[in-house]
Amino acid sequence: MAVKSQKDFFSGLLFIVVGVAFAWGATNYKIGDAARMGPGYFPLLLGVLLAILGVIVTFNALVVETEDGDKIGSIAWRPLFFIILSNLTFGVLLGGLPSFGLPYMGLIAAIIALTFIAALAGEEFKFKEVLILSFILALTCYVTFIVMLKLQFPAWPAFIAG
Amino acid sequence: MDLVSNLSIGFGVAFTPINLLYAFVGCLLGTLIGVLPGIGPLATIAMLLPATYALPPVSALIMLAGIYYGAQYGGSTTAILVNLPGEASSVVTVIDGYQMARQGRAGPALAAAGLGSFFAGCVGTLVLAGFAVPLTEVAFKFGPAEYFSLMILGLIGAIVLASGSILKAVGMVLLGLLMGLVGTDVNSGVARFSFDIPELTDGIGFIVIGMGVFGYGEIISNLGKHASERQVFAAEVKGLMPTKEDFRNMLPAVLRGTLLGSALGILPGGGATMAAFAAYTIEKKARMRPGEVPFGKGNIRGVAGPESANNAASQTSFIPLLTLGIPPNAVMALMVGAMTIHNIQPGPQVMTSNPELFWGLIASMWIGNAMLIILNLPLIGIWIKLLTVPYRWLFPAIVLFCAIGVYSTNNNTFDIWMVAIFGVIGYSFIKLGIEPAPLLLGFVLGPMMEENLRRALLLSRGDWSVFVTRGLSASLLAVAALLLVIVLLPSVKRKREEAFVEE
Repeated sequence: MAVKSQKDFFSGLLFIVVGVAFAWGATNYKIGDAARMGPGYFPLLLGVLLAILGVIVTFNALVVETEDGDKIGSIAWRPLFFIILSNLTFGVLLGGLPSFGLPYMGLIAAIIALTFIAALAGEEFKFKEVLILSFILALTCYVTFIVMLKLQFPAWPAFIAG
Repeated sequence: MDLVSNLSIGFGVAFTPINLLYAFVGCLLGTLIGVLPGIGPLATIAMLLPATYALPPVSALIMLAGIYYGAQYGGSTTAILVNLPGEASSVVTVIDGYQMARQGRAGPALAAAGLGSFFAGCVGTLVLAGFAVPLTEVAFKFGPAEYFSLMILGLIGAIVLASGSILKAVGMVLLGLLMGLVGTDVNSGVARFSFDIPELTDGIGFIVIGMGVFGYGEIISNLGKHASERQVFAAEVKGLMPTKEDFRNMLPAVLRGTLLGSALGILPGGGATMAAFAAYTIEKKARMRPGEVPFGKGNIRGVAGPESANNAASQTSFIPLLTLGIPPNAVMALMVGAMTIHNIQPGPQVMTSNPELFWGLIASMWIGNAMLIILNLPLIGIWIKLLTVPYRWLFPAIVLFCAIGVYSTNNNTFDIWMVAIFGVIGYSFIKLGIEPAPLLLGFVLGPMMEENLRRALLLSRGDWSVFVTRGLSASLLAVAALLLVIVLLPSVKRKREEAFVEE
């Protein structure tokens, strides 16, 4: 049996996996009955429903004809990688990683790093442009979030601010 | 008169210089972000929400309402000028709006959208003010069974309106409901699905999901496309004012759109998108005046009708939220989150316990709409300039605002790790052709639904028939079933697919 709709096929599988995972996880909690629901009752119900739905979606994907096979298409690995990486780097620099003994570097450093890494996700990367952009963003954020809105962000690295 | 005295309380609160300033800043920021292609009101609100944390509750909500209208108007601007709908509800605006822009009539199109929205906003606000009191009284009659059924109705509404496959939309709602259950169960104190991670015992933050799925997911998907696919064609705008003929054409369209939008917005799950689609259909059916441009070729009614409808609906969709505490759509779900952060539990008690806030918010909606007109018509030129800024400068800034927004919610880097995960999830949804909006609604409703289901069945001693034996609950479920049946009818199903093909 060939997959008629790739998108639906994988959506269905996703629903099945997540549904089963939640339903199975729910059995670790007290289920109870309708009159006295335990913490596991509702998630079990929803998980089972989601899994059943997943089966239907998967089944349809195998049976119902589509015009072009509903291909998922190529995955944008480059943007995916750099956008997520820029986000993670931002977190590490802003908050540090106390469990690894890494001190925070503050908002300014985090913004500059994020801008550079995120910019790599695009098709063009011009160093000078990104440099200017990162400084503009850092300045704007410093003024809006720290000076004006007074959010509790560390602006400068731990070793400078002390 | 009650309505007048209530509204005067509201205007008393909202018309302070500082709150006017917040409304102004909200509209400005909302338009600024909303005008960016591919960013709808949902992402805009999620992104700007942190900016309101430091404000007192009334000012924060006023600013948020401003952001919401601004974002919506910004979305229409982008739709008209560059043929890119920033959100589902401006999809139909694109059809005739962009054609007008290509003929050099972007000015009248934008003015029609603005003026129509303003008029609709005024009416919507009055409807909201008028309906709020009686509906709140109804709300006090609601038991857990009614609340549960109403939420089912809302979710079905969201499913019906989602673009693409209905089954997949149901899946997203279920997924959202499940995600909403992560964290400590209020009844038993058991931390569910938290994997012993302390941050997860408080549940997943809705901002994290919103930003990850709508912000990062969209950006990654946009970057994955070739530059040509997101080509921005900024048309030249000459002359802002519509002609007399334009006014004559658009007036009835605005009136019809407003009426339709106000009515549809009240329904849970209804709201802006459906209103805009319905209004466009009606305009197409309405009789043409001699000498009018056909639809799809730049008819001003095709802009004025849907834009008025969508604005009226976004106004009246506050009704279920403020009176029943139930968000009717994903944007309102974000509003619930915003209110909770300011320690306001949306629901019928807001009006009695916090009248200044309630009426202040309503008054500020009108102010927000007025602000939009004042702000946008003269500033159109600037928004157009913004659209010519290369995407490669814009997206790092968007990523940054998302990251800062997420971090500032709890000042905790854990949220940043979570948003990364949801970014990947959001991108996979796009790749799998699943519309993510129902997920967010399910997410917010999850805990409420469980709680009401539990109470309803506790009271009925486990008898599920309680949902159909209580009249109000039964009728809500009947409406939900009807909606589902209608949308599954072959003829409607085909029409619906046609309508969403544009997306």
